[in-house]
Amino acid sequence: MNKKAIFFISMMLLMATGNAQAAYELNLHAPVTEIARQIYDLHMLIVYVCLGILVIVFGVMFYSIYAHRKSVGHQAAQFHEHHVLEIIWTIIPAVILIAMAVPATKTILAMKDTTAADMTVKVIGHQWKWEYDYVDQNVHFISNLSTTQDQIDGKSEKGENYLLEVDNPMVVPVGKKIRVLLTAEDVIHSWSVPSFGVKQDAIPGFIKETWFRADKEGTYRGQCSELCGKAHGFMPIVVEAVSDEKYAAWIEAKNAEAAKGDAGADKEWTKEDLVANGKTVYEKNCAVCHQANGAGLPPAFPAMTGSKIALGAIWGADGKYAKDSHVDRLLNGKGVMPAWKAQLNDVEIASVITYERQALGNAATVDPIVQPAQIKAAR
Amino acid sequence: MSTTTTSHHDAHGHDDHGHPTGLMRWVKSTNHKDIGTMYLWFSFTMFLFAGALAMLIRLELFQPGLQFVRPEVFNQLTTLHGLIMIFGAIMPAFVGFANWQVPLMIGAPDMAFPRLNNMSFWLLIPAAILLLASFFVPGGAAAGGWTMYPPLSVQGGMSIDMSIFALHILGVSSIVGSINIITTIFNMRAPGMTLMKMPMFVWTWLITAYLLIAAMPVLAGALTMLITDRHFGTHFFNAAGGGDPVLFQHVFWFFGHPEVYIMILPAFGILSTIIPTFARKPLFGYASMVYATAAIAVLSFVVWAHHMFTTGMPVAGQLFFMYSTMLISVPTGVKVFNWLATMWKGSMTFETPMLFAVAVVFLFTIGGFSGLVCAILPVDIQLQDTYYVVAHFHYVLFSGAAMSIMGGVYYWIPKWTGHMYDETLGKWHFWLTTIAFNVTFFPMHFTGLAGMPRRIPDYSQQFAEFNMISSLGAFALGLSQLLFLYVVIKCIRGGAKATNQVWEGAHGLEWTVPSPAPFHTFETPPLVK
Ligand SMILES: [Cu+2]
Repeated sequence: MNKKAIFFISMMLLMATGNAQAAYELNLHAPVTEIARQIYDLHMLIVYVCLGILVIVFGVMFYSIYAHRKSVGHQAAQFHEHHVLEIIWTIIPAVILIAMAVPATKTILAMKDTTAADMTVKVIGHQWKWEYDYVDQNVHFISNLSTTQDQIDGKSEKGENYLLEVDNPMVVPVGKKIRVLLTAEDVIHSWSVPSFGVKQDAIPGFIKETWFRADKEGTYRGQCSELCGKAHGFMPIVVEAVSDEKYAAWIEAKNAEAAKGDAGADKEWTKEDLVANGKTVYEKNCAVCHQANGAGLPPAFPAMTGSKIALGAIWGADGKYAKDSHVDRLLNGKGVMPAWKAQLNDVEIASVITYERQALGNAATVDPIVQPAQIKAAR
Repeated sequence: MSTTTTSHHDAHGHDDHGHPTGLMRWVKSTNHKDIGTMYLWFSFTMFLFAGALAMLIRLELFQPGLQFVRPEVFNQLTTLHGLIMIFGAIMPAFVGFANWQVPLMIGAPDMAFPRLNNMSFWLLIPAAILLLASFFVPGGAAAGGWTMYPPLSVQGGMSIDMSIFALHILGVSSIVGSINIITTIFNMRAPGMTLMKMPMFVWTWLITAYLLIAAMPVLAGALTMLITDRHFGTHFFNAAGGGDPVLFQHVFWFFGHPEVYIMILPAFGILSTIIPTFARKPLFGYASMVYATAAIAVLSFVVWAHHMFTTGMPVAGQLFFMYSTMLISVPTGVKVFNWLATMWKGSMTFETPMLFAVAVVFLFTIGGFSGLVCAILPVDIQLQDTYYVVAHFHYVLFSGAAMSIMGGVYYWIPKWTGHMYDETLGKWHFWLTTIAFNVTFFPMHFTGLAGMPRRIPDYSQQFAEFNMISSLGAFALGLSQLLFLYVVIKCIRGGAKATNQVWEGAHGLEWTVPSPAPFHTFETPPLVK
């Protein structure tokens, strides 16, 4: 009783101090799929059953504490077994458990049924971002946290969806059964959207599947749910369920964007443009390990500043990139460094390489800049 | 106090029968009481250290944003908090109790293998040094969580190897200690003490010792495969080489779930000792308690994959592990009902040990219910890897295991020191701990339901209020344990003289010897009727 009182008093105090612009979230997210609804109801059922048992059983205990005290002169009885009672309190819980297991089993069977999907999206977990591949629609993009580092460091006001916002959300048509295929590139991640009742680990080397069918248009947010390294808390999932028309328009826009990216690869870029573009790419993809100032976090994540790779020659005598050169490392990765070949386009790779060679305290004289066309040829 | 010697026990030969003094008394000790004391102090030290790590975690989580520690350091804090609390604080504390109490409770002069006993304690020290020193190697301490899932744990630096090596050493220590306890219980009981007359605490430790022997080698296997994957080019857990990262999880949790019961069964034993004493009434359903403990132990080996419901097992596996997990609540319920029936129509008093015992029964049951909620697979899909799980296992491990340990210390410390502890301060410690514990961990049920993932250094603003409450509770909880330290030291230094019996309702052989228990006890075996 004491602890409850304190708990509620502290809650009241906090609310009174006006610190409560966000509501106290007390329960599961409002469900927007059939599965999530079943889970919600199942959870409420179990909670009420458990609360009932708790009240009855501990009502008995607290009554006993009240009545069977030495200080009120109660004499101890000396019984120490009662077979009927012991059998009853073994059987009753077993029956309750069976009653819980039946609806749970039904929901599990429904969760596992990924057949008859309207479309399939492949989702790949990376340290520390999600990649979405709409195989049939030829749409492919990376989804990064869009909350700024300044907000995280407390240097600017935190936004409404602090840590739950991304640059490229996953967009799906409402009311359609979406099959999600999950895998990961480096370590285990877990793709979770509570409103859909979905959480599935993304395991490198294996493809796992799950599904959802959103009933309501809206933006639904979740977070990576398996520890995946230092930025585990910074790789949210955002899914927008939209009408068919909006979905079709989005697909079209994505395709146009990709075509524009390809076009940029063929023109000649200036050093300034490459560096400026590279800064954006670097801060989005590289700064998390190599740090925004290029100092890195040795030994796991080497510094960019003064790096042999960032200052050394790129092209071999045959005109191809040399092994362990800057381009090789970007395209193919090594150890903890991921391969960026599939994740970044030619312009992005050329820009970020140029940025790393000409900024962050570096001023490479050998192969000072790299053109997108060179990357296109090198692939 | 030392007893002079005539050798009644040629079954084993220890030769330090006087009362050695100074540092060597401890370094070379083969005395179960001294070794028990060392285990308990070791555990308490680790408890305070890992608790300090938890304070840092809660400091960073006090409000949204990153303020005090960087994310990579945050992960080191959570990883080492878990590893040290489990392997450094809770497990050694129970071994300390076993060392002190098992021989006293069964009327044995010492443990069966005193030198082995010495070794199993001193192995803890290098393991602890490896864990603590890992904070200072390049890259910092292990940061992949106490569960050390690959491939993440394959990425880490040398601190991972140090942690693995530490766990190997602790595993050897546990296995050796368990063999010692089993041998002692089977061979050295006083004449007349049949198995079904053994005190409940001895029963729970006997079963725990078997769990340790069965589970620790499995952990050693998983860790060895991990280390060969890291350094010798094997691919047990690497899909690119034909391995499977999930294999590690299966093997780890085959150890990990029995490990949960290794940490709770001796606590059940302590409760089953304290409650009858202060209810002044025999333990209700002794036989069913023994069977329930054995049933829990057996079931604990067939529920492991409930930690892995989100890995995407085939549906048959998911159903099997859900049903088997739900089944464990039956014997666990039997235990709770038996404790209540023991209290029923007793003549209860509420000294500090009893306060802890009653609170544990209540709070552990809450942890049991949240465990049942997590056992329901569809619900677990929402709760896996959220703060709900953090709330659940702290209700089981803090208000289950750690608070039972505290109750046990208050219960037996008069026998160990010969002094009564300060009852007023003990009660203060109890209330502060219980209230602060609930303020810390109860809100985590809500943040978890609302979807806050565990092991994150920063969170979205909707979780801010509950996290602040949790952090305030945690600071109070941590500080309250300094009061515990003070009460224990005060009790060692002095206090009212304890009688042999100590507690009015206490029964059993340990209460027939003087307080403090002399260096050598039961050199002539007592007769149990
Ligand atoms: Cu992740």
